[in-house]
Amino acid sequence: MPDIDGADTAGAGFAMAGVSVAFGGLVALSDVSLEVPPNRVLGVIGPNGAGKTTLFNVACGFVRPDAGELWWRGERHDRLRPHRLAGLGIARTLQDLGLFEHLTVLENVMVGAGRHARTTFWSSLLALPGHTREERALADRAGAVLDRLGIADLADRTPAGLPYPVRKRVALARALVAEPRLLLLDEPASGLSGEEMAEIGELIRGLTDRMSVMLVEHHMDLVMSVCDDIVVLDFGRVIARGRPEEVREDPAVLAAYLGEDVPAEPGRSTC
Amino acid sequence: MATETSTETSAGQERPAHRRRRGGRLGAFLFATPLRRHLVLAVLAMVAVSVALESTDAFRNGQLAAMAYFGIAAGGLTVLVGLNGQISLGHGAFMAIGAYTAALMLRGENPLPLAVVLVAAAAVALAAGALVGVAAARLHGPYLAGATLALAVAVPGIPLHFSGVLGGEQGLTVRVPAVPDWFADAVFFVTGQDPGRSRYLGYVGWFCLVVTFVLLANLARGRVGRTWRAVRDNEVAAELAGIDLGRARVLAFVVSATCAGLAGGLLALSARIAAPSGFTLSLSLLLLSAIVLGGLGSLPGALVGAALLTFLPQLATTLGQDLGLSDVRAAELAPLAYGLVTMLVVLFAPSGIAGWVRRRRTSPSSSPVPSGRHET
Repeated sequence: MPDIDGADTAGAGFAMAGVSVAFGGLVALSDVSLEVPPNRVLGVIGPNGAGKTTLFNVACGFVRPDAGELWWRGERHDRLRPHRLAGLGIARTLQDLGLFEHLTVLENVMVGAGRHARTTFWSSLLALPGHTREERALADRAGAVLDRLGIADLADRTPAGLPYPVRKRVALARALVAEPRLLLLDEPASGLSGEEMAEIGELIRGLTDRMSVMLVEHHMDLVMSVCDDIVVLDFGRVIARGRPEEVREDPAVLAAYLGEDVPAEPGRSTC
Repeated sequence: MATETSTETSAGQERPAHRRRRGGRLGAFLFATPLRRHLVLAVLAMVAVSVALESTDAFRNGQLAAMAYFGIAAGGLTVLVGLNGQISLGHGAFMAIGAYTAALMLRGENPLPLAVVLVAAAAVALAAGALVGVAAARLHGPYLAGATLALAVAVPGIPLHFSGVLGGEQGLTVRVPAVPDWFADAVFFVTGQDPGRSRYLGYVGWFCLVVTFVLLANLARGRVGRTWRAVRDNEVAAELAGIDLGRARVLAFVVSATCAGLAGGLLALSARIAAPSGFTLSLSLLLLSAIVLGGLGSLPGALVGAALLTFLPQLATTLGQDLGLSDVRAAELAPLAYGLVTMLVVLFAPSGIAGWVRRRRTSPSSSPVPSGRHET
């Protein structure tokens, strides 16, 4: 197990240790370590171009790190493949939502529930009773999640033409229906009104009894109110980590966001 | 094969709230599951086919048999292109593979039963489809089009190279097996006349089409079809949902090639010959245009496209002769008519004829927001 800042989780959560990624000569991530213990919410923040999205892409196998280790529930997974993620109990939402535009909302969510499906190609080809039963079970499962997110009445619509906040909920429902142990949220609050943001914050907090959450977000209000721990990236490096109230006061963070030189005077408050 | 095979219908129809009564208890029983719906439609389709075959002459029987094999190939192709978003300009090659397989197997003095021959034609095309599919799964858009185009050009060249076994330019003549006694007896019992070979082939072709379409409709309505459509709509999101993109693509390609192989076997029987000239590039392109005309991803649309492929040329030629054109001039009308229909469809029904029919049927009373589904 990696030893990250002395955290002792006995390998129950998700962890990255010493991850570095370079695209050509550009260093996107440099020796980044972080950890998402079970049932906790970790926020990853940082200015634009700090490497947050690359970090997410490493976490779900779209980008293979040049160096470093990935740990998930006590096992090393350095060669993550995106399509294996769901089976490992990790779900991710995408910044651009990535909805299946020609499938209905219900079908979109049913695709996300594929992890719960067991039947084979042949039972689908012959439409055997087991397959039909399973399809109903998947539809019920998907419908229940839509219901929980308050969009059950849109189950038969296609996502095209639905308002952005609703589309966001569909994407979230598709991730949640897999019942992951770790949920990666890529900018869950972007494009939402203040009220909707408060709702989503509440929703995320409500998930922690079943899963851990790692999120990338720009809206400080949401990050500060939702996250248990925060990691701050700047130019691919971790410049600060800790509880929201600690990070808020951290001079290096303030400097990164306000564009000052890093070793700012420790005592000066810029808030 | 009617509306249920339309693959873009919402999954909602399977849901408990939608298990509505259609025509009382019997209707409810017959339409309770997708499989039962598809089987009921299949039986109805077979009855309609029998009526059509029995009430027409040998020439029309032959045309109907041609429509059946075009329909099977188009059905497989529309699943690949419409549902999975891959393109194939080379399905004529898989038809050729099926046709030559059937022709070779029917050569000896005591050929195997026809069912075995047709299954073998489909199986050989399946194997070829798996090989090509593995390559195709790595290619996109124009590259995939180019690769399958090469296949369509290359495969008809194989018989020229192995002319000893495959008959070269002249091709292999196909001996149509005699009509089985039990079949002749059954038809005689119902209609009072002996079925000729073309009528027999009409029955065989349409039986294969109905079976193929039931299976394709099952796939399209189930999890496999949903997976294919998800891959088509958004690869990244599909992958994150646990779908192995390569596997899904190869599977779609294999299913599609298998259909083309079966269609090729039937073509060889109907044409009584398997020759390179029967599998030119234009066959592949005509198949593709047929499914675009019918409506991509729609099995009824594939059938409509197959009907156009089969009947439109002759209709146009007859019309030309009636208008006093010489036979040669009249025959030249066929491509013109086909082109005109294509232009009209693209202009006025961009989602194909099946899409146009569907929209006409749903638009007057469409209720975009259905009532809540999870009441409990």
